[in-house]
Amino acid sequence: MRSFTYARADSAADAVGRAGASGTAFVAGGTNLLDLMKADVARPGGLIDISRLPLDRIEETAGGGLRLGALARNADTAYDERVQTRYPMLSKAILAGASAQLRNMATNGGNLLQRTRCYYFYDTATPCNKREPGSGCGAIGGVNRIHAILGASDQCIAVHPSDLCVALAALDAVVQVRGPDGERSIPFAEFHRLPGDRPEIDTTLRPGDLVTSIDLPAKGFAEHSTYLKIRDRASYAFALVSVAAGLELDGGTVRDARLALGGVAHKPWRDPEAEAALIGKPAAPDSFRAAARVLLRDAKGHEHNSFKIELAERAIVRALSEAADRKGASHP
Amino acid sequence: MTAIPSIPGFLKEPNGPIGKPVSRVDGRKKVTGDAHYAAEFTLPDLAHGYIVSSAIARGRITRIDASAALALPGVIHVFTHENRPSLAWFDRKWKDDDAPKGSPFRPLYDAEIHHALQPVALVIAESFELARYAARLVHIEYEAAPHQTDLRANRANTFTPGKDKGGFEPPPKPRGNPEQAFLDSPVQVDAEFTQAAEYHNPMEMHATTVLHHDDGTLTVHDKTQGAQNCHTYICNVFGLSKSAVRVMSPFVGGAFGSGLRPQHQLFMAMLAATQLKRSIRVELSRPQMFSFGHRPETIQRVALGAERDGTLRALIHEAVQESSQNENYVEIVVNWSGQQYACDNVRLDYKLTRLDVHTPLDQRAPGAATGVPALEIAMDELAFKLGMDPLELRLKNYAETDPNTGTPFSSKELRACFRQGAERFGWAKRSPAPRSMREGRELIGWGMAAGVWDAMQGQAAAKAVLGVDGKLVVSSATADIGTGTYTVMTQIAADVLGLPIEEVTFCLGDSSLPTAPIEGGSWTVSTVGSAVKAVCDRVRSQLFTLAGKLEDNPLKGVAEADVLFADGHLIVRDDRSRRLSITDVMRGSGTLSIEEEARALPYLLARARHTFATHSAVFVEVRVDEDLGTIRVARVVSAIAAGRIINPKTARSQIQGAVVWGIGMGLEEEAFTDHRLGRVMNHDYAEYHVPVNADVPDIDVLFVEEHDDMVNALGAKGVGEIGIVGVPAAIANAIHHATGVRVRDFPITLDKVLAGLR
Amino acid sequence: MAPLKASPRPAVVPPPAPIPVTLTVNGVERTLHLAPWTTLLDALRLHLELTGTKKGCDHGQCGACTVLVDGRRINACLTLAAMQDGRKVTTIEGLTTGDSLHPLQDAFIEHDAFQCGYCTPGQICSAAGLIAEGKATTDDEIRELMSGNLCRCGAYPNIVAAIRQAMTIAGPKAEGAP
Ligand SMILES: Cc1cc2nc3c(=O)[nH]c(=O)nc-3n(C[C@H](O)[C@H](O)[C@H](O)COP(=O)(O)OP(=O)(O)OC[C@H]3O[C@@H](n4cnc5c(N)ncnc54)[C@H](O)[C@@H]3O)c2cc1C
Ligand code: SF4
Ligand code: FES
Ligand code: FES
Repeated sequence: MRSFTYARADSAADAVGRAGASGTAFVAGGTNLLDLMKADVARPGGLIDISRLPLDRIEETAGGGLRLGALARNADTAYDERVQTRYPMLSKAILAGASAQLRNMATNGGNLLQRTRCYYFYDTATPCNKREPGSGCGAIGGVNRIHAILGASDQCIAVHPSDLCVALAALDAVVQVRGPDGERSIPFAEFHRLPGDRPEIDTTLRPGDLVTSIDLPAKGFAEHSTYLKIRDRASYAFALVSVAAGLELDGGTVRDARLALGGVAHKPWRDPEAEAALIGKPAAPDSFRAAARVLLRDAKGHEHNSFKIELAERAIVRALSEAADRKGASHP
Repeated sequence: MTAIPSIPGFLKEPNGPIGKPVSRVDGRKKVTGDAHYAAEFTLPDLAHGYIVSSAIARGRITRIDASAALALPGVIHVFTHENRPSLAWFDRKWKDDDAPKGSPFRPLYDAEIHHALQPVALVIAESFELARYAARLVHIEYEAAPHQTDLRANRANTFTPGKDKGGFEPPPKPRGNPEQAFLDSPVQVDAEFTQAAEYHNPMEMHATTVLHHDDGTLTVHDKTQGAQNCHTYICNVFGLSKSAVRVMSPFVGGAFGSGLRPQHQLFMAMLAATQLKRSIRVELSRPQMFSFGHRPETIQRVALGAERDGTLRALIHEAVQESSQNENYVEIVVNWSGQQYACDNVRLDYKLTRLDVHTPLDQRAPGAATGVPALEIAMDELAFKLGMDPLELRLKNYAETDPNTGTPFSSKELRACFRQGAERFGWAKRSPAPRSMREGRELIGWGMAAGVWDAMQGQAAAKAVLGVDGKLVVSSATADIGTGTYTVMTQIAADVLGLPIEEVTFCLGDSSLPTAPIEGGSWTVSTVGSAVKAVCDRVRSQLFTLAGKLEDNPLKGVAEADVLFADGHLIVRDDRSRRLSITDVMRGSGTLSIEEEARALPYLLARARHTFATHSAVFVEVRVDEDLGTIRVARVVSAIAAGRIINPKTARSQIQGAVVWGIGMGLEEEAFTDHRLGRVMNHDYAEYHVPVNADVPDIDVLFVEEHDDMVNALGAKGVGEIGIVGVPAAIANAIHHATGVRVRDFPITLDKVLAGLR
Repeated sequence: MAPLKASPRPAVVPPPAPIPVTLTVNGVERTLHLAPWTTLLDALRLHLELTGTKKGCDHGQCGACTVLVDGRRINACLTLAAMQDGRKVTTIEGLTTGDSLHPLQDAFIEHDAFQCGYCTPGQICSAAGLIAEGKATTDDEIRELMSGNLCRCGAYPNIVAAIRQAMTIAGPKAEGAP
């Protein structure tokens, strides 16, 4: 950890104002930023503590949805009764991530902005374009069990590690931001970006932008949804592949579908064509598999992660089957 | 017939604490935060060290520039190979009790880099955070040289080691004609097995605090499994007089072998403390826990030939393991295969490959944990081919005597393990065909394996001081790394002298105490327990003698052998009303304290003529998701034969913990090396997976009755390691039973199962 | 592939100046002057000499550093002491009242729910947090919600048994955390 100054913001405006200085970073739960600072990967010269800003509420929106405060803790969000009953896949996704202690600390905003868990990104003795642009990508041709199969570039094959974000992607959430130039809304699909030739940039946020909330639209797919996470141990591990699935059924036929994948790309992966492939089809494994194949049509594996392609297909079929079979509203 | 040595009588007092599930005597300290570990001692002048680790795997340092670090106020010094003082010259000075043949690694010795993460500099600063910050500012330039870290790529480039490490004999000569017998066998199994490198990763990261006292003496709090081993090492390396340094390790936050050798944080802290004449603490980071010894990666071949009735005709077990360039680490993984089953044609072969890695290091059941699972999977494969129950096959080839040596076992209740374990598990209800048991989308598999581990004993001394108040203090320089040493030694002492547990204190983890060897190999109960018993026997005799001198001695005319020691009294066995309290003996005879020291040796004659081993049978139920390949261990029964169990509570915990290790080994643990960089990449607890609570079901442990007069005066073998041996195989066998997929590469991650399910 | 070339040398900024931080630790208010880079864990272990709280990774990956802040369990290694200014911190040392142990501490001893003891304070604080949260009723739920606490010794089955026992005494929703 390098030397830095510490200041506590007393309002959102204050936070955004202070963030103007270059080299500063917001700290909310601290669970990702401090981790990276200790590993010497993040080197902010100043921390602006936003953890006490009154952005920690979960409120109804005018449109019948929910507004999740950026500083609401992951645990409080997951256990919120409204979230549990109206957006069960979100609750389940959060509870599948990290540990009880970390979820007590981690904030919703911070979760969106957590960085990859790529081994090379964390090890400053190794090349990594995300950490040190232009230094090369260690994972390509290296150890890449946990890396991307979709949307990667020849600069970076890292994945976004969040569970929460996968559910938010499936739910079409909107990220509310307050920046130096005022407030704006970013649809979730546009919030995270693919690595391309600028893997050091994870999101479309601009310097000084403060995430204030994440808004969920009214439609929560509570009747038929699930979150499935597959990992190398039963708990406290990042996803190899995860699936957020939501269905709206008309008898046995799919009327609307949402499908987002985690652990496979630089951002939570959604594919409109795969979802379209489900509409009007019987809610049955064959249609689910067909949709999975559409979603995975361009998937590409590396030395150690090719298994993710098949795993993802199977996981999609399983998640959609579960979503179709049972009411997802049961408490996780 | 072998002569049976005369065993001192024992357990004459049936109600003594031996064999009772006594709660840990150090339990209160551990649950209140009152147990202090190596990094938790301090003095006002304490400064903090942070190690800089090499960025390359092999080559040399061409430049070190510490000026930026040193420019920070509060940074005291940066030690490197360029400015270190001159230290011991000869290799033997750097050796320790667990050093294999070769020349030990010397930190900050010269500009050469031998392995990734090698310590290359030590920053000392007034605070921990400052030291860590300054460490990032030490600028180092390297000239990289080609390295080899890939065992597979180098598997042909081997040599055959000799007796290069204590406790490990080279494989016995082949017996019979194994190659021909294999070819002639109507049923054959011939397969290759791999085991990934594993890192010990005890919860407590390695740390050393050196307290520098005003008189120049040093108290060294180190994370070690042998305070005296470290004491000798630092006295030799730094040329210190034995009396100027004391090494302490009263509490050790796990080790599993990582503390068997002095690790470099000890060297670093000592270097700084002796040079700066200050108290120093050096704590490794979790990634730096991947900078030293590990369970070596292994490639094995097991070939079994059998008759159609299951009789083993040929057994061939070959293994190649990695060692470093500088030492011959051996764990002869193949030897147990020659010991476990009766077979006339056997060839065991063990080779090493030198890689540019740190020397591997004993890890829980070194050798057996790797080799026995290969054999036990092969046995399962054979049973499957034969259409025979895997348990039947093992009974069919049961070794009554040790086939490697021809000597009898001092005791071997493996049959009882099989029987009782199978019964507890419900093995008889197993339907033999793979994929024949399921619940919903979960395929259920039942697998079993046998395990074996050596029942070793070394030499140790112990001291006992009995006060006039009836309180007993026993001490020996051994360790308690979670194994329960404090508790078990307290029980033994209390048992011999008939004292309540609360009146007995056992001291360990201090180099100034009577000699004890490093705590490893499951030999502590045997080794130190025997010394504790021996010294308490002496105190007991003393008490009897003193009692004889009392005027109104109620024991008059009774032989020592007819006197019981119980409830703090000397009691006539056949007339319990005739009794005398220990405190009365002491007071009556005007004795303020009885002090004795004793040393215990293994029964060498018996040891030469017998094989001493613990055995186990482990039964596992796994649940495998038939679509996703995810594996869950749902049930484990582990039946153990380890002689007398001194404390069933702590012993059960040892076995459970070792089963958890077996789950880790079987399913999760694997260090991923990027061979281009020669570096382990998943060097933390987030990506090097060890089992979490949710991975572990209830684990049913049962100890079978095993009477052993020859193993030692306690009749007890160790239980620290036997619990892991066989578990990975039982899991692999259960996975095969569940899915029909045979995976021979540990750990069995879901992708390997998935590949077979397709 | 060559290892990364040494990166351009970062600017050397002097260590940060101490700032006052007030914490109520185990019921006692303590004001410390700490450089902001001091984590809550290091403040406890190094500055308050409350070494009962352990460091097993310093990166949120093991749970050994678990303490209760305002009654909720967190990883003390991933928060700055300054970020917790004004809050109530309960560590393992604070669970004991006088001579008598917390029911969890008793249960851990009785069930032999530890071996080396290094993860134990974190396990116990985490279990106190778990009981206060009231989300776990079955053994499987205890296992899942205690999975943020590694035990390399593998005492898990006994840890679950100990928590189950303490939970029965405390009642699932009872005030497990002070
Ligand atoms: C061992 C471990 C395991 C984990 N496992 C999982 C897992 O399985 N699944 C999962 O999803 N996550 C997992 N996590 C990650 C965890 O969920 C994130 O670290 C956490 O959500 C980050 O939130 P925070 O509030 O602590 O963020 P901080 O660390 O405070 O901040 C993270 C980043 O976000 C920025 N930031 C924070 N808030 C805002 C805001 N409001 N506006 C703008 N920028 C902001 C910060 O500047 C910083 O760059 C794990 C973490 C650890 C340490
Ligand atoms: S995958 Fe991305 S994060 Fe990982 S090494 Fe390559 S560039 Fe860095
Ligand atoms: S030390 Fe905090 S989680 Fe490991
Ligand atoms: S008791 Fe040793 S790590 Fe849990």
